[in-house]
Amino acid sequence: MNRSNRLGVRGWVWAGRFGVERYLYTLHRVTGIGLVIYLFLHIYETGIRLQGREAWEATMALFRTPFFVFLEYVLFVGFIFHAVNGLRLIFTELGYALGKPTRPVYPYRTSVLRHRPVVYVIMILMAILIVLGGVDIFLLPG
Amino acid sequence: MLAEDQKKVVFRIFRFNSGDGGAPRFQEYTVPVQKGMTVLDGLVYIKENLDGTIAYRSSCRMGICGSCGMIINGFPQLACQTQILHLESQVVEVRPLSNYPVIKDVVPDLSSLMRNHTAVRPYIIRLDDEKERPTREYLQSPQELEAYLQFAYCIKCGLCLAACPTVATDASFLGPQALAAAYRYIADSRDSGMEARAPILDTPHGVWRCHFAGACTEACPKGVDPALAIQLLKRALVLRTLRLARVQAPAPVAPPLAPAPRPDIPKAPEPTVALVREQKSEGVEERRS
Repeated sequence: MNRSNRLGVRGWVWAGRFGVERYLYTLHRVTGIGLVIYLFLHIYETGIRLQGREAWEATMALFRTPFFVFLEYVLFVGFIFHAVNGLRLIFTELGYALGKPTRPVYPYRTSVLRHRPVVYVIMILMAILIVLGGVDIFLLPG
Repeated sequence: MLAEDQKKVVFRIFRFNSGDGGAPRFQEYTVPVQKGMTVLDGLVYIKENLDGTIAYRSSCRMGICGSCGMIINGFPQLACQTQILHLESQVVEVRPLSNYPVIKDVVPDLSSLMRNHTAVRPYIIRLDDEKERPTREYLQSPQELEAYLQFAYCIKCGLCLAACPTVATDASFLGPQALAAAYRYIADSRDSGMEARAPILDTPHGVWRCHFAGACTEACPKGVDPALAIQLLKRALVLRTLRLARVQAPAPVAPPLAPAPRPDIPKAPEPTVALVREQKSEGVEERRS
């Protein structure tokens, strides 16, 4: 019997010598799953209000501890990545910022290479937003 | 090549035999390497001189047939197009293509590739009778040719499916090769097959499973750019769903050549060969009948 060689989830993580887009693919999936998990936690958290004012304020006090503030920042970073990269993917998957088909003459100038400046621009945008979010969460009062 | 120019490189080859039920393992061979020697040359050397039991698939040795795709030092490549010294490594690790079942050693079972390729109906679909009973050639402008020509260079080596992270987790995904092949025909001005192919492509395991990881395009040894084809296919399907697609009649056939002789060109002399005369008399009989 032939041996299965399907990589499974390992195929997302192990990207080998591929370009940055394949890593963005993995991060987009991971952050997407993380945001869905957070959605359920968020519903549970807001549901604590039903248990009364004391329970709610105790929960809020817990979320103001440094550990949970750090988790909030991790969530923010994931959200920023997923949102900005998602916008890039919407445009890309409609065929924009990829160039037109060209005759494959070596060395190949592919759509991935033509698109890469866009990737760098959105990475800079992400970095700016993530830094601004960090300043807001960690440094600004309230 | 002089002997002193030779380097020695260790080939670390994946070994597996579906017949004997043994566990997969790696086996190492030391191969003398010269400038210009490809990984396929190394495998041929091993088979001829060191171990006749290793199995690999190859045919043309020049990047045309697509038989010798394998994972070479962590990247899907054609063994015949990969020069050993260009790898800049003392160890050349050769594995079978990922995401395909392994038949033996580095020979993958490419049935799924061919099955998906066939599923998207990779041929010109016409609503008229011209394809079945052709009368003349189709008219196609150079611009119309450029719209699909890049995607027509696919050699079906299967490297793109080995590179794709979606294929890694979704066995039902059509994969970059089949989707690019579908777009190659949809973008062809002679084709009217969008409606016939849409039910196969516009599905969760069809074109929408691709999220532009770009790995297929990076791995493609022929510059076919399947990632671009898939994104353009998505756009075509969105425009079709929104009824915004430009409705264009398929390419017509060329008009008949002008039969009127030019008066300034003298008439050709009568044929003198007997065979030609016979053909001529047959033609006369056909016209009479």
